[in-house]
Amino acid sequence: MEKVIEKWTGKIAELSIGSVSSEGGSRSKVIKIGGETTLPFLHFEGQMPNPPLVAAEVCDTPPEHWPFIIEEFKNFINDTLRWAKKCEEWGADLLCLKLDSCHPDGKNNSVEYAGELVSKVLKTVSLPLIVIGCNHPEKDQEILPKVAEMTKGEKILLGMATKDNYKTITAAALANDHSVIAETPLDINLAKQLNILISDMGLPVERIVMHHTTGGLGYGFEYCYSIMERCRLAGLTGDKVVATPIINMIAEETWKIKEAKASKDEQPTWGELHSRAVGWEVTCAAGYLQAGSDILVLVHPESIKIIKQTIKQLMTGVRP
Amino acid sequence: MLIIGEKINGMFKNVREAIQTKNKSILQDIAKKQLEASAGVLDVNVGPASSEPLKDMQWMIETIREVTNVPLAIDTTKLDVMDKGLELSGEGAFLNSINGEEEKMDKFLPLAKKYNTKIIALTINKTGIPITPEGRVEIAANIVAKVMEHGIDTSGLYIDPVILPVNVAMEHSAAVLEALKQCPLLCDPPPKTILGLSNVSQGTNYRSLIDRTFLVMALASGLDAAIVNPLDKDLVDAMITAELLLGKNIYCDSFLDAYRRK
Repeated sequence: MEKVIEKWTGKIAELSIGSVSSEGGSRSKVIKIGGETTLPFLHFEGQMPNPPLVAAEVCDTPPEHWPFIIEEFKNFINDTLRWAKKCEEWGADLLCLKLDSCHPDGKNNSVEYAGELVSKVLKTVSLPLIVIGCNHPEKDQEILPKVAEMTKGEKILLGMATKDNYKTITAAALANDHSVIAETPLDINLAKQLNILISDMGLPVERIVMHHTTGGLGYGFEYCYSIMERCRLAGLTGDKVVATPIINMIAEETWKIKEAKASKDEQPTWGELHSRAVGWEVTCAAGYLQAGSDILVLVHPESIKIIKQTIKQLMTGVRP
Repeated sequence: MLIIGEKINGMFKNVREAIQTKNKSILQDIAKKQLEASAGVLDVNVGPASSEPLKDMQWMIETIREVTNVPLAIDTTKLDVMDKGLELSGEGAFLNSINGEEEKMDKFLPLAKKYNTKIIALTINKTGIPITPEGRVEIAANIVAKVMEHGIDTSGLYIDPVILPVNVAMEHSAAVLEALKQCPLLCDPPPKTILGLSNVSQGTNYRSLIDRTFLVMALASGLDAAIVNPLDKDLVDAMITAELLLGKNIYCDSFLDAYRRK
């Protein structure tokens, strides 16, 4: 029987993160994402030259909404650099540093602090780097340009650029040769528009990674999944504006939900917390892999291990 | 929708002069402008006044190839000119055109096979252009059968149900729209559909308005490609908007700009 194979005309942009010493950086490797010419893992239909990556998340202040992680990581949760070092040991492909402590409602740490911390992290670990601000568009406009400057030559991925602050963040990325994450709240039309606005400033679409925001549960997951899938289909049929890699902040969305917090005593029918909580992060990540995710940001070492194995299997078709 | 730019045609005065004086830059400029305006294929026609069509076609293609490798639609009724044109244009070329006359198909289709080209086929036969959609589709069916007989993949066949000027043949436009809907049902893989659009407005006072209105209606009837003047910005805007409303592209506030970046 004849195989029914889709013929795609488009290709997802390929993007490099990180820079080694011969190229002006200090990372141990350069990693690539994107380049797909088919839907995820349909190796018989097209190419998937770069496997999706697992980034390990490090927060610069204990994530108060994640009690399970605070408990499990208690030996290093207050020490950003030790935590970062751990991520390297856990086998993550890259590091995702979040500067939560700079949020004005939190510690309101300064621009100088952000610059110094990033410099220290660069000296501590050699993985390619993603740096995310403090989820406050105005404050991010202050701290991220400093971060971009301090990491010049390292080709980091800088985020989040939103419709309210993309100009400053894009300019910082352009001036220092970085790429940006363009974030829109579960809105495919805004996502396309933001990519246009950012590329209008001179940063090529090939240096944008989209974040449609990530739903960790229920409707949010489904919305996000279908938007990612729709974007990928458009990209593969030739719409270059949305043919960019996609990132998912899995940890951020899964560790704050009830299923990843409530103990067995509180919810006797839900089973033991540890495996349930890790299972949630793993399940969420595995789902987004099928929607076309190129970078999955995870936090728990067990999730990192399992998802890396899953990706390996899906890329080779071989069970370990 | 695939736009085939119609501007490189010896029937236009500037092109005729460029051919006569061998002025490369005029021709190359028209080619580049059409590509910037979203054309995906360039039609090449030496025009009715050419006394040496074979040499003129060769010069035109070589001149265009100095600035772009985009696919060309070789637009001629002469077999030797078609042969040379397809040979020189290389990958992705269109044979423009055949119609439902059997002898002509048997003459031209071997060229399509030889150079692996796409084919534009008009629903005209010896008795002319049928007034009804059924008449058009019947000719299209004969064309499909002939194309298959020659061992050519029908997915590269573009059926043109032939639109006539609205000021002399009013009843044809609705028939064309209906034929556009029926042609894809003829075989599997389905043939594509195409129109030589500007014919619809020949001799009227509102050419651009009539062209773009009919184009939008044709797109809603499933049109895949059209030979048009891509430098008519209103026409291209209307096409982009129609495709958006048909759900073929993702909306964003700058959707016109987004399409043109493709």
